[in-house]
Amino acid sequence: MSSTVLPPYEGTRVTEEPPENYITAGHTVKSWLLTGDHKRIALLYLFSTAFFFFLGSIAAGLVRIELTRPNGVMLESETYNKMFTAHGVTMIFFFLIPAIPAIFGNFLLPIMIGARDLAFPRLNLFSWYLYMTSGVMLLIVLCLGGVDSGWTFYTPYSSMYSNSQVTLTILAAFIAGFSSISTAVNFIATVHKMRAPGMTWFRLPLFVWSHYATSVIIVLGTPVVAITLFLVVLERTFKLGIFSPELGGDPVLFQHLFWFYSHPAVYIMILPAFGVISELFAAFSRRKIFGYHFIAFSSLAIAALGFLVWGHHMFVSSQSMYQGVVFSLLSFLVAVPSAIKVFNWTATMYKGQVHMRTPFLFALGFIGLFTVGGLTGLFLSSMGTDMHLTNTYFVVAHFHYVMVGGTILGFLGALHYWWPKMFGVMYNEFWGRMSALLVFVGFNVTFLPQFVVGYMGMPRRYHYYYFAPEFQVYNILSTAGASVLAVGFALPVFYLTSSIRKGVKAGANPWGAHGLEWEIPSPPPTANFDRIPIVTDDVYDYESDARRPNIEMIESRTPEQLASTKETH
Amino acid sequence: MASVAHDHPEGLHHQFEDIEQQNETYLVGMWSFLVSEIMFFGALFMIYILYRWKYQPDFYLAHKSLDVMWGGVNTTILLISSFAMVMAVHAAELKKRMNVLKWLTLVQLCAVAFLFIKFTFEWPAKAHHGFVPGVNFSPDPHYLQEMGMQALNVRPAEIFFSLYFGMTGFHALHIIVGILMIGVLMKMWAKKHPLVIHDYIPTELIGLYWHFVDLVWIFLFPLFYLIPN
Repeated sequence: MSSTVLPPYEGTRVTEEPPENYITAGHTVKSWLLTGDHKRIALLYLFSTAFFFFLGSIAAGLVRIELTRPNGVMLESETYNKMFTAHGVTMIFFFLIPAIPAIFGNFLLPIMIGARDLAFPRLNLFSWYLYMTSGVMLLIVLCLGGVDSGWTFYTPYSSMYSNSQVTLTILAAFIAGFSSISTAVNFIATVHKMRAPGMTWFRLPLFVWSHYATSVIIVLGTPVVAITLFLVVLERTFKLGIFSPELGGDPVLFQHLFWFYSHPAVYIMILPAFGVISELFAAFSRRKIFGYHFIAFSSLAIAALGFLVWGHHMFVSSQSMYQGVVFSLLSFLVAVPSAIKVFNWTATMYKGQVHMRTPFLFALGFIGLFTVGGLTGLFLSSMGTDMHLTNTYFVVAHFHYVMVGGTILGFLGALHYWWPKMFGVMYNEFWGRMSALLVFVGFNVTFLPQFVVGYMGMPRRYHYYYFAPEFQVYNILSTAGASVLAVGFALPVFYLTSSIRKGVKAGANPWGAHGLEWEIPSPPPTANFDRIPIVTDDVYDYESDARRPNIEMIESRTPEQLASTKETH
Repeated sequence: MASVAHDHPEGLHHQFEDIEQQNETYLVGMWSFLVSEIMFFGALFMIYILYRWKYQPDFYLAHKSLDVMWGGVNTTILLISSFAMVMAVHAAELKKRMNVLKWLTLVQLCAVAFLFIKFTFEWPAKAHHGFVPGVNFSPDPHYLQEMGMQALNVRPAEIFFSLYFGMTGFHALHIIVGILMIGVLMKMWAKKHPLVIHDYIPTELIGLYWHFVDLVWIFLFPLFYLIPN
């Protein structure tokens, strides 16, 4: 055991029966649906976000199939519009924004800081119910024929002209916003006031720092978009003049307010993944993370700068040129803290013992894809090149490199890293690696051609491209890649679920990693800790503890040794 | 750590170590929530500022139809309610139960009076003059002449009244939520619920919310009723 001190046990340790954990603590449906346990709520979120990810993927698949021929394959133009809107709305509001914070943040944040639960367990459960309410509303929207305004709901199309289910979709997004605000308020209060003795701000794992920064963005940004979208509903329902030029309103004002949230929302989606990647690099390089303070503060810098760059979505929306210059410059500045993170992560590997396990493969994939995504962002934040590239597939490829290559790879890395902690079992390493490989390859085959075809001028959101049949080869490549990607995403469903039934029991710390979550049994007991720990060692303190077992040493043990948590120390 | 696990005093939730930690956490949570509330109203204020800038003359003309007298009365009522809330929290700190209930009753009376004035004297008058935004927006020409508002353009006026009804309505919604929360709080005090009797923090939290709601009105009143040409 490292120098983190747990107060000694007073009672006798019962070793015959497996100790009760948060999963076995109750077996009724009610014990799940009315739980206050942050770990159970995390699992509720895991299954519900996975469902919406599946739904959004189907919509994406239909879009990709449709684009294999210049004249389309099977969808009507309106259906096509509804498909890409369904894909965008589902993926952004129902997967990317809640996924990492609501699953892994919920599960790990209290454990990482040495607390028994989040500050407001009932609020936490309430946020899941809000999420499910808005999710059911989305399903109703899809059953009633869908929505065709794009996930951005630009006015006046959304407020005056669209004949699809805009109102209900916006209300769903509105409610989902309250769900994230609840989670964010919970995280902020928890991180401020519930850290264990000795867990100073600079001993917080970077995962906690990035979730803190994310929560700040959510609290500041989400209300703005919520009220803006609500005004669109009012304009649509009661013909109040706010954004529609016919009624004296200003449609560009909608774009300003929308992007004031929705650009920071990009950081709401990516910052939690940054936190995951920091954990993975330290654990699988077995080194203290390089430049801890820089990574921590760059999260806050991204949170602050993220609020000052929204205008780069509007270079061609009649924004003044001088405004554009300022937004362009500020957008370039965001690249600095992002680059600091990437350099620090790669520097962490230097002279470390690198273990190429499944979670780390996802982390390495993240570095490659996120870097491409970030750097192509610079093409779009400089006004001259953006004139050419705006609203083309170049933009689509750019943000998929950040959102899929960044957030989803971070999500999968987190899933594979903390799966043994969440369920107490190891999954099949071979299939895990296969999944990482397929996702990486499939992703690049899907989205690299889109950079090219976007640069050649293919507009996004177009149903046909018969005017330029030379785009077809890129679109076919893209669709082929998407099929590989789909296999890569589907694989974990099988090997992870089968691991629950027949996986090898994971000990408390199957990776030999450092951190409070690895000091407690897997799966953790409902109260997390017998006693609140007193933290005396630094964060990611791998070097000073030479006795700490590494992954190979742990794997060479017998299952009986693994099952006993105390023996790893 | 001084405290022992699972040996919690009444009113302390299991995730906290002691009552001080619980109280501080609740306060941080409430302030975070209020920050998000500020951003809610902040977006509306931003929209107001931009349209005021764009349609300054029409906004000036439109604001003449608002009754400064009732607005002023309502401002006074809310200020009194804020004072009563301060006294209620103070009495809660001193654990003077009857005083808490007395002051909270005054807060409730003020809140109800505020809504009563808004919904009987203010809003119906606007509706009567045809200022309800939407498809039926058609200001009464006689009224416009009487008030010297003939030069009012219809579209900017509609935006003014959209914002007026939207922002004061959103504020009124917060007052209603406040009335409900204070009602629950009063019931807990009346029934000597341990949560509020042992500790003033629950009262303080609702007090914070109430002061925020009052503060929003302190901005709404000059923006809509007072700003001269």
